Amino acid sequence: MYTLIAIAGLGVLCLIAEIFNGRKAIVPITIVGLLAILGLTATGFNATAATYNNMIVFDKFATSFSCLFILLTVFLIALTPSFHEKQIQKISDFVSIKLFLLTGAVAMVAFGNLSMFFLGIEILSISLYVLAASNRLSLKSNEAGMKYFLMGAFASGFILFGIALIYGAIGSFDMAVIQEAGNSADVEDWFYIGAILLSIGMLFKIAAVPFHFWAPDVYEGSPALTTALMSTLAKVVAMAAFFKLVSAMNVNLPESSTTALMIISILSMTIGNIMALRQTNVKRMLAFSGISHAGFMLMTLMAVSTSAGALLYYTSAYALAGIAAFSVVLYVTKDKDNEDIFNFNGLGKTSPLLAGILTCALLSMAGIPIFSGFFAKVFLFGQMLGAGHITLVIIAVINSIISVGYYFKLILAMYTKEATEEATPVPFVYHAVAVVSIALNIALGLYPSFLLEAMR
Amino acid sequence: MDISLLLIILLVGAIATFLSGDKWASKIAFIFSLAAFGASIYLLDLYNNAQNIGFFRQWITAPRISLAFAVDGLSMALILLTTSLTPLIIFASFGNSYAKSKNFYALVLFMVFAMIGTFVSADGFVYYIFWELSLIPIYFIALIWGNGNPQSRRKAVVKFFIYTFAGSLFMLVSFIYLYLKSGSFLLGDLVKAQLTSQEQFWIFLGFFLAYAIKIPLIPFHTWQAKVYQKAPTVGTMLLSGIMLKMALYSIIRWQLPITPKAAKEYMIYLIILSVAGVIYGSIIALKQKDLKKLLAYSSLAHVGLIAAGTYTLTLDGLRGAVLQMLAHGFGVVGLFFAAEIISRRYNTGKISEMGGIRIQSPKFASMFMILVLASVALPGTFNFVGEFELLYSLSQRSVTIAIFGGTTIILGAFYMLRMFQKVMLGDKNEKLFADVTANEGIVMVIIIGVLLFFGLYPKPIVDLITPSLQDILLLINRN
Repeated sequence: MYTLIAIAGLGVLCLIAEIFNGRKAIVPITIVGLLAILGLTATGFNATAATYNNMIVFDKFATSFSCLFILLTVFLIALTPSFHEKQIQKISDFVSIKLFLLTGAVAMVAFGNLSMFFLGIEILSISLYVLAASNRLSLKSNEAGMKYFLMGAFASGFILFGIALIYGAIGSFDMAVIQEAGNSADVEDWFYIGAILLSIGMLFKIAAVPFHFWAPDVYEGSPALTTALMSTLAKVVAMAAFFKLVSAMNVNLPESSTTALMIISILSMTIGNIMALRQTNVKRMLAFSGISHAGFMLMTLMAVSTSAGALLYYTSAYALAGIAAFSVVLYVTKDKDNEDIFNFNGLGKTSPLLAGILTCALLSMAGIPIFSGFFAKVFLFGQMLGAGHITLVIIAVINSIISVGYYFKLILAMYTKEATEEATPVPFVYHAVAVVSIALNIALGLYPSFLLEAMR
Repeated sequence: MDISLLLIILLVGAIATFLSGDKWASKIAFIFSLAAFGASIYLLDLYNNAQNIGFFRQWITAPRISLAFAVDGLSMALILLTTSLTPLIIFASFGNSYAKSKNFYALVLFMVFAMIGTFVSADGFVYYIFWELSLIPIYFIALIWGNGNPQSRRKAVVKFFIYTFAGSLFMLVSFIYLYLKSGSFLLGDLVKAQLTSQEQFWIFLGFFLAYAIKIPLIPFHTWQAKVYQKAPTVGTMLLSGIMLKMALYSIIRWQLPITPKAAKEYMIYLIILSVAGVIYGSIIALKQKDLKKLLAYSSLAHVGLIAAGTYTLTLDGLRGAVLQMLAHGFGVVGLFFAAEIISRRYNTGKISEMGGIRIQSPKFASMFMILVLASVALPGTFNFVGEFELLYSLSQRSVTIAIFGGTTIILGAFYMLRMFQKVMLGDKNEKLFADVTANEGIVMVIIIGVLLFFGLYPKPIVDLITPSLQDILLLINRN
C-alpha cells in the first residue's frame, strides 16, 4: 500500500518543487525516491498484505510486477531531461505525469477490487493521452493524442460496461468473491458477456490483433520518449493486469475462451511480424514488433495457473531490451523530423557503443542466446509444450524466425552502410540508461532463476 | 584442471584481443589461439591417462540446467581439430589487413570459444546456447569484412543467418519437449527418455532441420556457396573447416543416441538424401566459374558423404565420418587458403582470369597440387582413409548407394583436376605471380604435413575415437 501512496506523494512533490524553483533537483530526487520505494516494495516481498477492505492486495504477483514498473519508470524519467531539453521549463509536468502514470500502473496489478482496477487503468490511460499529445506544436503529436484518446475512451467504456455486467452477475466487485463464485455455482449468462467486454477492452490496451490499429499511428506520432513508455511500460502493465484478471476468472470461463485467446495470440504475432517487415520507420517497426510480442505474452494465458513466472520473465526481458533500444533511437532521431531507418546508417562507425547496445537489444528481442529474450522464449515455449499446445509453439517459432528479418534490417543499416552525417556528442544519460538496461537484460539471462523463483 | 580451462582461455583471449587495439590484435589473438592449442594437447594427455576432465556445475535450478561439460574421444578429436586449425587460420590471415582488426579477431576467438563449447557440452540447453552463439560472430565477420558487392553480400549473409537460426529453433523445441519428458537437459538423461516412435520422429525431424541446414544437405544448401564466396577467407575457413563439423558432430552426439528408432526407420531415405547431395554438389561444381564457389560445392559433396556415413549407423560409418571430418577440415582450409593466395595476387576469384601460374611459382603449384590430390582422396592422404571407410560403410547398407557415393571420387577428380588445369597450368600469365611468402608457405606445409602424416599413419586418431564411437553405437542399438 505504501508503495502507491509514496509514488503519488513523489508526484505531488515534483509539482511543489516547481513552485519553489527546485527544477534542477526534480529528476535526481525522483530517481532516488523511486529507488528507495523500489527497495521498500521489494522488502515486503514475501508478505501478502490486503488493505482498505481488500481494495489493494499486495501479493507476490503485485509486488514483483510493481518492482519492474518502478525500475522501468526510473529509466524513463532519467531520459526525460535530455529528451525535453527545449521544454526544460515543463520538466516537472513531464516527470510528475510519469509518476502518476506509475501509480495507475501499480494499482492495475495490486487491485483486489474491480473498481480499483478501473481507477488504475484510467489514471494510466489519461496520463498516456497527455503524454502522447505533449508535443503541442506538432500536428502529428496532437493527432496521436487525439486518436489515442478517442480509441482509448472507447475501450474504457467497454471495460466499464464489462465490469458492470460482472457485478450484475456476481453481486460484488471483489476479486476474491468473483473467484469464489465460479467454484460454487453456475454464474449468470451476462457474466460471460461482461468477461468478453472486459477482455476486448484489455486487448485494446495491449494492442493485440484485431484491436491494434491505433498502435502504429500513435507510436509514430507521439514524442519518442512517450513511444518508449507506451511500448515498454504501458504494454507490460496492461499485460500483467489482463493476466491477473484472466487468472481470477479462469475457473468461470468456458473452454472456448482459451481457443479464442489462442487465435488472438497467433494473429497478433503473425500480423505484427509481417507488417513490421514492411516498415521503414523505426517507431512504426517497433510498434508492430510490440504487437507481435504482445502475441507471445498472450500465450501465457493458455496456462494461467503456472505461467506467472514466465510472464514476469518475458515482460522484464522485453521491456529492458525495449528501454535499451529506445534510448539509442532517442539519440539517433533527436532533432530529426522523421525516424526512418536510414538515420541509423553507419552508426556502427560513428558511435560503436550505442550501435552495439542496439544490436544487443534487437538480438534479445529476436531471441538469440545469452540475452534474456532467448530465455524468455524458452521458458514460454516450455510452459506451452507442458500444457500441450504444440501447434501454438510451432507458430511462435516460425514467428521468431520472421522477426529476425526486420530486426536485422536495423543491424544491417548500422554496420554495412555509410554514415550520412557527422556524429553529434551523445548525452551521458542515454549512454547510462542504455548500458544499465542492457546489462540488466544480460544479467537476467545469466541468472534466470532470480525471477522464475520469485513467482513460485 | 578440466575442460573449462580451454573455454576460459578462449574467452579471455577474445576480450584481451578486443581491448588490445588494432595494431596488436592479430598477434594477441594468435598467441591465445596457440595457448588454446597447448591447453588442448595437455587435456589430451590427461584424457589419455584416464583422468576426468569433465566439468559440472548447477546453473539454473528450475528448469534444471547445468553447466555440464564432458569429453570423450570424439569431442577430443574435434577439439584438437578446432584448436589446431585456429592458429593456422589466424596466422594465414596475417597477409591481409582488416579494418578494426581488434573487433575482427575478437569475433574470431569468440566464435572458436562457442564452437569448442558446442563440442564439449553435455547439457542440451547449454549446448544449444553455444550452438547459437557461434552464429553471431560469423554473421558479423561475413557481413562487415566480407568482399564483393555489399548489396548482394548483405542478402547472402542474412539468408544464411535466417536459415540456420530457423533450423536451430526447431532443435530448441525438440530439446524443450525432451526436457518435459525426462525432466533434465543432460544427455545422459535424455537418452533414457521413453519416447514413442511418433515422438521420436518429430524430435528427429527437429534436430534434422538444424543439422541439415548447417551441414548443409540438399535441399537446404542454398545459402552456402554465396556465403563462402562473400565471406572473408578467415570466415570461410572457420565455416567450412570447423563450423559445419559442429552439425556432423551433433548428429553423432545428440541426434542418433536420442532418437535411434527414427534414425533406423528412415535410414535409407537419409542416406539417399545425403548421397544425392554428393552427386548434386559434384555436378554443380563442374560448372562453377568462381574458384571459391567451386570449392564450396566440392565441400558440399564431401560433407554429403560424411552425413551419409553417420546415418549408416555402423561403426565404420561413424569412424569414417569422424576421420573424414578431420581430413576435410584441414583439406578445405588448405584449399581456401590457396584460393586466398591467388586472390591476394590477382584480386579476382574468377577462374577464367587465372591460368599460367605454375610457370611463375612452382612451389605454390606443387603445394596446391598435393591439396587437390588430397581432396580427391588419393591413397596416402588422410582423406583417403576417411572416404574409403565411408564408402565401405555405405556398401554394408546398400551396394548401389555405395556406387553412387563412389562417384564423388570420380567426379571430384574430374572437377578438381580440371580446375587445377585452368587455374595453374597453361601459358605464362601476363600478370605477375610472386611465389608463396614464408608465412604462406608455413601454413601450407603444416596442412600438407598433417594430411600426409595421418594418411600414412591414422592409428592415433583411430585409437582415440573408436572406443567412444563404440559406446555411442551401444546407445544407438539399445532397445
